Amino acid sequence: MKNHLLRHLQVFFYSLGELARAPLTAFMTVAVIGITLALPAALYALLGNLQRVGGGWDEGARISVFLRLGASQTAAQALAGQIRAMPGVADVQYISPAAALKEFKRLSGFGNTLDLLDSNPLPAVLLVRPANHGAGAGAAQKLAQTLGRLPGVALAQFDLEWVRRLDALLRLAQRGVLILALLLGIAVLLVVGNTIRLAILSRRSEIEVIKLIGGTDAFIRRPFLYAGLFQGLFGGLLAWILVAASLALLAGPVRNLAGLYGSDFELAGLGLRAGTILLLGGAALGWSGSRLAVGRHLRAIEPG
Amino acid sequence: MIQLNNVFKRYPGGFDALRNVSFEVADGEWVFITGHSGAGKSTLLKILTLIEHASRGQVVVNNKNVARLPRRRIPYFRREIGVVFQDNKLLHDRTVFDNVALPLVVAGLSHQEIGRRTRAALDKVGLLGKEKMHPITLSGGEQQRVGIARAVVNKPALLLADEPTGNLDADMADQIIDLFDDFNRHGVCVLIATHDLRQIQRMRKRVLALKDGELIVDSGSQTA
Repeated sequence: MKNHLLRHLQVFFYSLGELARAPLTAFMTVAVIGITLALPAALYALLGNLQRVGGGWDEGARISVFLRLGASQTAAQALAGQIRAMPGVADVQYISPAAALKEFKRLSGFGNTLDLLDSNPLPAVLLVRPANHGAGAGAAQKLAQTLGRLPGVALAQFDLEWVRRLDALLRLAQRGVLILALLLGIAVLLVVGNTIRLAILSRRSEIEVIKLIGGTDAFIRRPFLYAGLFQGLFGGLLAWILVAASLALLAGPVRNLAGLYGSDFELAGLGLRAGTILLLGGAALGWSGSRLAVGRHLRAIEPG
Repeated sequence: MIQLNNVFKRYPGGFDALRNVSFEVADGEWVFITGHSGAGKSTLLKILTLIEHASRGQVVVNNKNVARLPRRRIPYFRREIGVVFQDNKLLHDRTVFDNVALPLVVAGLSHQEIGRRTRAALDKVGLLGKEKMHPITLSGGEQQRVGIARAVVNKPALLLADEPTGNLDADMADQIIDLFDDFNRHGVCVLIATHDLRQIQRMRKRVLALKDGELIVDSGSQTA
């Protein structure tokens, strides 16, 4: 067992040395893999940031509950108390028709025109603030529906329709990134496979000799598998660096833009977890691509 | 050590390389296989090293029925046979030492054991001082001796050679054959395919002659 491990270690360092002996070839392959993996990784990082933008909606989320016209103030207050006791409600604010009219006059600029009306056309409004921070737009929407069905309520409107649309868009983009990652993963598989195929063909005579003196398939396979593993691993590392560098380049303008919207939003990087997945995924793809090529081509090389 | 019973080899296209060949070689024996080019010498060696399979007939090498050997056992089978090639099949991007050590590396021996045995094999063929050189810088005879060192480093009981003196002048050829003789005296069974009649006459050993795939002469065991 110890001997076996030792042999694996030998090949491990031998393969690493091979990469160092042909740095240009190795770098080309690693660069192709790195750029290929960087694309979905960057999109993933960008999506994560967009989700954080969408996640900030909680602050301003309100459900406007419009009561039927002519509802008395006592009835309205009673309803407000009832809603305040419901789960998922943080706060309820009562706005009387008179207060609503006053605010409308102030904000709309129709001040004098509205004075011509002989009665107040506005209903009483209860402003409900959902308590479920982070529970998402779906929960708030559900609460709005429940409120809309209460007796005495004409309409309950959740004002953050855009949050739901952004949510849906992000979900769509996530699916897109997943498909892209899948396709580019296959591309990496093929790139590594092709590199390893060329390596196998260029060492054809060596493989023949090793087979003749009793080298097992596993023995011959090993250095190629490690070569693929290293190419994938370094490709993943390069992808991580590329994404980090791109985000660093974008950080300044993004801070600027966020500042104009009065936000202190900052771009976040890939993070340790996603980065580790990128490295391991790259290594796994490299190993598998190599395995595919080796399985196909080693059997074809027989001494004779 | 070797037993062939009614062995036929037909290549795709209908060419018969071997026809009804039967013979037996005892442990520690020395046998020359001779014949014209295309008589079947190389095919015979390829069958003995499992590069080719007999179309018909039974082949037993080293007490193993070759036909019943599964593919994954072939490497282990080959480790018990030393093979010397006419073109020596050395790896030119590695040193003499690494070339000779290769069968031991493949077999997974420990570092110390590899060093010890490789130097012993190089010592035997008189190349201990040249272990750090690359094969391309050696003479033809020296390259062939590297090939022989690689073939014997595993201490096989059977040594096969395909035209080992084919590219060498008479002096070099004598040295190479004497080297085989030395191993043979230590109990190694030696089987050499050659059309070097000078060596065959010089050594006075058993000769198997092939013609158009048929065994036409078996001189039988002789003692020198």
